[in-house]
Amino acid sequence: MISSDLNIVLPELILAAFAMLALMFGVYTKKDETAPVITWATAGVMIVLGLWIAFSPMANRDAFNGAFVDDGFSRFAKVLMLWASAIMLLLSQDYLRRNEMFKFEYPILIALATLGMMMMVSAGDLMSLYMGLELQSLALYVIAAFRRDSLKSTEAGLKYFVLGALSSGMLLYGASFVYGYTGTTNFAGIASTIQTGEHLELGLVFGLVFLCVGLAFKISAAPFHMWTPDVYEGSPTPVTAFFATAPKVAAGGLFARVMFDAFDGAQADWTQIVAFLSLVSMFLGAVAAIGQTNIKRLMAYSSISHMGFALMGLAAGTEAGVKALLIYLAIYVVMNIGTFAFILNMEKDGRPVTDIRSLGQYSRQAPGRAAALTVLLFSLAGIPPMVGFIGKLYVLRAAVGADMAWLAIGGAIASVIGVFYYLRIIYYMYFGEETEGLDGKMPGLHFVALMGAAALMLIGIINPFGLENYAALAAQSLLN
Amino acid sequence: MDNLLSIVTFLPMLAALILAVFLRGTDEAAQRNAKILALVATLATFVISIAIYTEFDPSNTGFQLVEEYEWFGGLTYKLGVDGISVLFVLLTTFLMPVVIGACWSVNERVKEYMILFLILETLMIAVFCALDLVLFYVVFEAGLIPMFLIIGIWGGQNKVYAAFKFFLYTLFGSILMLVAMLAMWWDAGTTDIPTLLNHEFSSEAFSLMGFQIMGGLQTLLFLAFFASFAVKMPMWPVHTWLPDAHVQAPTAGSVVLAAILLKMGGYGFLRFSLPMFPVASDLLSTFVMSLSVIAIIYTSLVAMMQQDMKKLIAYSSVAHMGFVTMGIFAANQQGIDGAIFQMISHGFISGALFLSVGVIYDRMHTREIDAYGGLVVRMPAYALVFMFFTMANVGLPGTSGFVGEFLTLSAAFQVNTWIAFLATTGVILSAGYALWLYRRVVFGDLIKESLKTITDMNTRERLMMVPLVVMTLLLGVYPALVLDLIGPSVTQLVENVQSALPETVSAVASAPSH
Repeated sequence: MISSDLNIVLPELILAAFAMLALMFGVYTKKDETAPVITWATAGVMIVLGLWIAFSPMANRDAFNGAFVDDGFSRFAKVLMLWASAIMLLLSQDYLRRNEMFKFEYPILIALATLGMMMMVSAGDLMSLYMGLELQSLALYVIAAFRRDSLKSTEAGLKYFVLGALSSGMLLYGASFVYGYTGTTNFAGIASTIQTGEHLELGLVFGLVFLCVGLAFKISAAPFHMWTPDVYEGSPTPVTAFFATAPKVAAGGLFARVMFDAFDGAQADWTQIVAFLSLVSMFLGAVAAIGQTNIKRLMAYSSISHMGFALMGLAAGTEAGVKALLIYLAIYVVMNIGTFAFILNMEKDGRPVTDIRSLGQYSRQAPGRAAALTVLLFSLAGIPPMVGFIGKLYVLRAAVGADMAWLAIGGAIASVIGVFYYLRIIYYMYFGEETEGLDGKMPGLHFVALMGAAALMLIGIINPFGLENYAALAAQSLLN
Repeated sequence: MDNLLSIVTFLPMLAALILAVFLRGTDEAAQRNAKILALVATLATFVISIAIYTEFDPSNTGFQLVEEYEWFGGLTYKLGVDGISVLFVLLTTFLMPVVIGACWSVNERVKEYMILFLILETLMIAVFCALDLVLFYVVFEAGLIPMFLIIGIWGGQNKVYAAFKFFLYTLFGSILMLVAMLAMWWDAGTTDIPTLLNHEFSSEAFSLMGFQIMGGLQTLLFLAFFASFAVKMPMWPVHTWLPDAHVQAPTAGSVVLAAILLKMGGYGFLRFSLPMFPVASDLLSTFVMSLSVIAIIYTSLVAMMQQDMKKLIAYSSVAHMGFVTMGIFAANQQGIDGAIFQMISHGFISGALFLSVGVIYDRMHTREIDAYGGLVVRMPAYALVFMFFTMANVGLPGTSGFVGEFLTLSAAFQVNTWIAFLATTGVILSAGYALWLYRRVVFGDLIKESLKTITDMNTRERLMMVPLVVMTLLLGVYPALVLDLIGPSVTQLVENVQSALPETVSAVASAPSH
């Protein structure tokens, strides 16, 4: 019995064991000198685990009395998160080294955060949900404050911690309501007590709302987004880059998991909440970013807006919607990897630069990189023929198909507003006044990530690499 | 030649790729090579596209030269042309070598400039060939990117404002169209345009937030598409991006914008709005035609007061596009024939006018009308060409400008006399602003010191003008060249629209009696 359960959680076990071993290795050997080795090893383990999960035969299993679910949906999310974390980890090395904070704890914390994320998307019980969420969050709080001697970084870490604790509290409060009114913490058990079509009990509605609020915090959906710009700005850039990728997938996956597995019968109630979150996020992200000149804050608002679009798929409450959500997240992650590979190398005289005005006439200085970033920005803006458009196409289609044309129109308008600030970066690079500019050289790995992501954005329009089929299978497994 | 359309579409893109990958350096030789390669590519595209003309059978009203491949997510990569679209493809391939010719005096970032124009050509041809809804949207929208960069990088003093306005204005219109397209996809279960043309979208009235929507779903879809095409066209009152974009764009950019990009709006009306939502088109035709008439009169008056030559021509473009929308929504044979003819002819004439402005701008670096005067003394050949296209713009019989205006006006007359009457005043007004412009620039005494050394058109500029003069005259004298080609398809379109109407019109008419 227990051995078959352990067999199911084997990938998580391996990652956990690896994190412990790496920690021991680091502590008992030469400390920070081992950081590069541990980094490469961690990335290697993550990539191998991702491959293993991707190529293991399809199955729909659960372990520990349903507390842990292993299905197509969780696998899709896990593969995406593992690979995104691994790439981000590798990309962060140079920056950390240059800024003298390449400590051996960094890759281990990333590994633990990733482990938490894997738990989140596999959660089949409120307990395992909270466990995964906290493991991920605690690791993230620490790496947000990773630059210990920087005021901004510590502030970011503290802010993130306080607000994160608040949101966790709300989530727990909601979970306690749900437990109180259904008598179980198991998703399947909760689902069986909710009859489709009937009104929810008031306490359960309370619980649902608080759960949604807690999750909205984690996914940084407006109006619970306040922490995002500050944390993005204050954290060291590699950490910001990491925040913008894998944790978003985890939070989005967890949101979908809870809503469909536990509250499928109450769809009419939660789709309203999610649709509201989606609409507000899209607009807020688009409008608030207009005035930003700090590229990290700008990317924070951009992520809020993007999460609004991703939630639009969830708000549709259909299989097509979940599929759209997954496709959107996958594309979003690739775009962010490319964009942050660039941002990580915005430097002048050995100091990181975050002001977008420093990009004046960058296209003369480095035409290739400027062109690649332009492609990525147009993709983030959702302009065809870049692949970012395909993500928008799927979520809008899901919304229209679920009779939420108003949400689709809202999203369409918000996306036009949002285009403005992406265009502004392009404006600095191509039309703007020449400025002192950047002088950072780009390491090979970053160059490959930037160019590769841009190339994917262009080539993907011909056929998005079978992404649709995988997402369709994943969505199917979640809903059935 | 199974893939004729794909070859024509992607040949310029291929040339752009070659330029991007293989051409290095920014010295003069590299610049010249970039220009020559672009010119060769566009000429080759044109030569191959002649095969489309010869293979095309005008009597067949269906789509021809169709290619279809699986795309992703149930979409198809499907290209094809019918009588309505084939001429736009040819117009594009015909004009692009001229456009590249107009870039010859540019010497900053030439390689990128050529790449953008070549990509733009691919996208423009694809717009007119696309037979899949989403494919159409993708290429329709993608065209914004190269144009945005062309205006923004090589434009005039106020280029940033113009580029942003151009991009955001057009995007806002289009994105509503995307939502409508998705609704159509759910409704019809396909994105195949030929199938959608035969799909009947519900026109049953329903109420939305307390408003009774006549024409139901069709009206909503129509309005969403209208938002996009009206901006693209551009129609009054959403035309304001056009003068800004034109003034700031470099000469070649203005030519592409006026001659081809604007035609996408008219093409969209003919491909989507009219045949797919006939009931809504019928309901709203008076509204659209009224807007057209306002555009014709108002923008002609505005054009008269302009100090900037490009702005004047831009406003005159808006006025001429007013004739097009008026003809399309008259929804009869003359109207649509005339609209298409007007678009083709406007492609040659407005393109040539922007080139003419470019000729003197290259010499004097100003577009102010007041800075010129008496050019005929130093530039006789230029005066002749400019005179010819000014007359064609006014609609002088014997030039192609006359045919389109005449057909659309006679079509409007059958539908609504008042509209035809008011629109006709536009012809007089256009004579007013065009001839006045000509007088101020070309005639009078050559008193300005700076103009005393100005030189006449050189061989390259003359060569660029020749094909445009020939086509304008040819179509003016022998319009059947166009009309025979589009006739059967237009007849079919008009019949389809008419046959979709009677039942619903009577239903609407009988509604009040209940």
